[in-house]
Amino acid sequence: MLPIHLAIIFPFLTALIILLFLRRFKKIHLGWLVLIVPTILFIQLSTYIPKIASGQTFRNEMSWIPTFDINFLTNMDGLSLIFGLLITGIGTLVILYSIYYLATDPNVVQFYIYLLLFMGSMLGVVFSDHLMVLYVFWELTSISSFLLIAYWYQRKGSRYGAKKALHITVIGGFFMLVGFLMLHHLTGTFQISEMITQADTWKNDPLLTWIIVFVLIGAFTKSAQFPFHIWLPDAMEAPTPISAYLHSATMVKAGIYIVARFTPIFGGETIWFLLVSIIGLLTLFWGAFTAIRQTDLKALLAYSTVSQLGLIMTLFGVGSLSFHPQFSLEGTLYTQAIFAALFHLMNHSTFKGALFMIVGIIDYQIGTRDLRRLGGLASFMPISFTIAMIGSFSMAGLPPFNGFLSKEMFFTSMLQLKEMNIASITSLQTMATFFPIIAWLASVFTFIYCMMIVFQTFFGPFKIQNEEEAKEPSFGMLIPPIILGSLVVFVFFFPNILGDHIIKPAIYSIYPNVTADMIGSISQWHGFNTELKMTIGIIVLGTIIYVYLTYFKKVYIVFPRALSFDALYNNTLDKLDIYANKITNFYMTGYLRDYIAFIFSFFTVLLLGVFFYVDAFAFSIEGDATINIFAWILVGSIIIAGMTILFASSRMTAIIVNGYIGFAIAMFFVLFRAPDLALTQLVVETVTTALFLLCFYFLPEWEKEKPARKTKITNIIIAISVGVTFTLIALSVKSGRLFESISTYFEKSEELTGAKNIVNTVLGDFRAFDTMLEVIVLFIAGIGVYTLIKYKDKVEVKHDENE
Amino acid sequence: METVIIILSGILVTIATYLLLSKNLIKVILGTAVLTHAVHLLIMAMGGFYGSSVPIIGENSEEYADALPQALILTSIVISFAVTAFFLVLAYQVYKRTKTTDLKQLRGFRHE
Repeated sequence: MLPIHLAIIFPFLTALIILLFLRRFKKIHLGWLVLIVPTILFIQLSTYIPKIASGQTFRNEMSWIPTFDINFLTNMDGLSLIFGLLITGIGTLVILYSIYYLATDPNVVQFYIYLLLFMGSMLGVVFSDHLMVLYVFWELTSISSFLLIAYWYQRKGSRYGAKKALHITVIGGFFMLVGFLMLHHLTGTFQISEMITQADTWKNDPLLTWIIVFVLIGAFTKSAQFPFHIWLPDAMEAPTPISAYLHSATMVKAGIYIVARFTPIFGGETIWFLLVSIIGLLTLFWGAFTAIRQTDLKALLAYSTVSQLGLIMTLFGVGSLSFHPQFSLEGTLYTQAIFAALFHLMNHSTFKGALFMIVGIIDYQIGTRDLRRLGGLASFMPISFTIAMIGSFSMAGLPPFNGFLSKEMFFTSMLQLKEMNIASITSLQTMATFFPIIAWLASVFTFIYCMMIVFQTFFGPFKIQNEEEAKEPSFGMLIPPIILGSLVVFVFFFPNILGDHIIKPAIYSIYPNVTADMIGSISQWHGFNTELKMTIGIIVLGTIIYVYLTYFKKVYIVFPRALSFDALYNNTLDKLDIYANKITNFYMTGYLRDYIAFIFSFFTVLLLGVFFYVDAFAFSIEGDATINIFAWILVGSIIIAGMTILFASSRMTAIIVNGYIGFAIAMFFVLFRAPDLALTQLVVETVTTALFLLCFYFLPEWEKEKPARKTKITNIIIAISVGVTFTLIALSVKSGRLFESISTYFEKSEELTGAKNIVNTVLGDFRAFDTMLEVIVLFIAGIGVYTLIKYKDKVEVKHDENE
Repeated sequence: METVIIILSGILVTIATYLLLSKNLIKVILGTAVLTHAVHLLIMAMGGFYGSSVPIIGENSEEYADALPQALILTSIVISFAVTAFFLVLAYQVYKRTKTTDLKQLRGFRHE
């Protein structure tokens, strides 16, 4: 049997092999080779079903970054197995479908590489038991999804949709990362299974609310919950196999997986229940309501996916109540909500997958998926029609399809919620009543858009110009939707095969205390109960509205597109762009003076601030050497010379005066008993002045600067504050000696190096390496100078002989 | 004496900063030259002016002047000379190509 690690790595490895060896592989369609991967994985995972059903779990561990306690931990239990089966099972069908869908596409290599990356990351998400590993795979799904949506990158819509999906899901991922890190801080472990066992120990920590919010933002963005659902319809620009795979069966269900996985940890918190169930319900309603407005079949399906995900989310929210301390007695009722959620999750994958594939076929054969241009296809495409009908009716919750079963169970959960006194944990007295009503209304809309798919596409007047196009595709393309369609019917008649072997083990992994008889089994007929009446009501009201749909659509005038979340997203991006530009342009002026002003102001404020803050200023003239008249004269003359530079009207004056300062400093060196310095300074200052004068020959006389008064004052202020900061800090440093001077060490130069001139031994012996690098700097500067004047007179850079 | 020298170098830093903020390329280069002088004085002052004799062994003295700042300044003088030379040639090339030494006109782009 394949260890789980390898199952995750297998798709990645295959992608690598394709990239390295099979890029020019043309003999058969690459899809046939890729198809092997999910098939093997699916079969392997299926062999786990009986073992998982008997209550086993499979754990693997592999060292990754042990220093940070990050290890590649995998854990396979009932819950991850469901997702694993969906990922590989639907994956197999989608790849089979794509072989025909992309039969002539030249870029299939990229397509399959991205798809395999996605599949591997998705398996990584559901099998990881380590938060950080989970997060890495989570972001990988966002990235590979981005690549897949932008597969037809030549189209503007694809790029836009891909970017939008990436923005929203990755930002959500960051939130989730923050949530995970806080969770780690709270629990001290990264291991999810460990957290679940310790869930009680930190139940009432105030941090928990934030963790819940952050983790849920991650889950909601990925699962396209309101108001983050806006990326999903735009992601429909992807090739249809991708839409079927990522945006109906797998990726959008990653968020649901997170919610399910963390239910045992957070389920006891009221805020978890409120957020998950209310956002879910809102999404369910809004998605269904908006779907009716769509004219693009894929967009319609996208909104319907949003809505169905909301339904599953709501059920998980209600199910989480069984972890709530006040509801432990009624626990079994809520476990049934989770049961319904998982059941609907699987059903949704089957009927939505089938529907996407049929829409893809219509698009592929006829070249449009616009409802306004479609109609009357039933007689031309009977098989497609049958599958579309099965899928749509199942989605609408009609018998004899699997959607009916899970929809009834959904209603049961909603109704039971009403019987519970949930007002005892929330102040929302009326909420319990609203749940079934909103759920019912949303189901009416669901019914309507399902009818739109069937009747507006396959019935009514035939509008296609070219009748040749309106025919069934090659049989291979029909196989995957046929399989899914058959499953839809099969599950209706034998729901308990799925229920007992796959869903119940998953429930045990969420609720370890639940036993089989507490859940019960699925039955098609419950008697003439409220749920059934609700379904009948849906059909009646739905049919009425569908007949008068053109009148009903006037409702949407109330919701102008300018006020939608889409518009908000677009505006935010545009404004972000504009303001980022403005802000950057404001300070990136390209003018050296401005940059220097920024740098100096920043450091002045920073250093002065720190010195004030720690009160580090000191002033003492203790230990100062006495100053003689000679030094005073030099000091005074340098100050006068410096001032002269500032007010010099000719550059010649300025450079001569600068030379004077240099010579005066050489005099200082003499006073300070530094003969080497004095010599070097004299030579260098002479050469520098000569160099300036030489350059002046080529450069223009400087014009009298007349800066604006404001600039001038600013410059003066900056210059003075820099000078003051400099002086204050230097004085403080001088006044507080912290260490003994190390210079006495060098006074042993004669015995250490055999030389008498201490300065020279420091340069040539103690710090010889440093001096060598200095020579290299000089060398580089020399090369620079030479290069710059290559074609002109050679400016000689005289290397100093004191080196 | 150290205090006086530090204040002097502070004044030189002020002058240098003002020159650096100028829009004339030559003044900016001049500013870096003045800044170098200021820093040399600072390093000197930090070492302190004790010692009555040049730091060469064998001078008849008990106390030598601090040799370490001197070594540092020596390095600095040479490097700053190289940098100044490079700046000057750069300015020359800039002027040759653009016919201006006004930094405001040398921004390369405009977005007013």
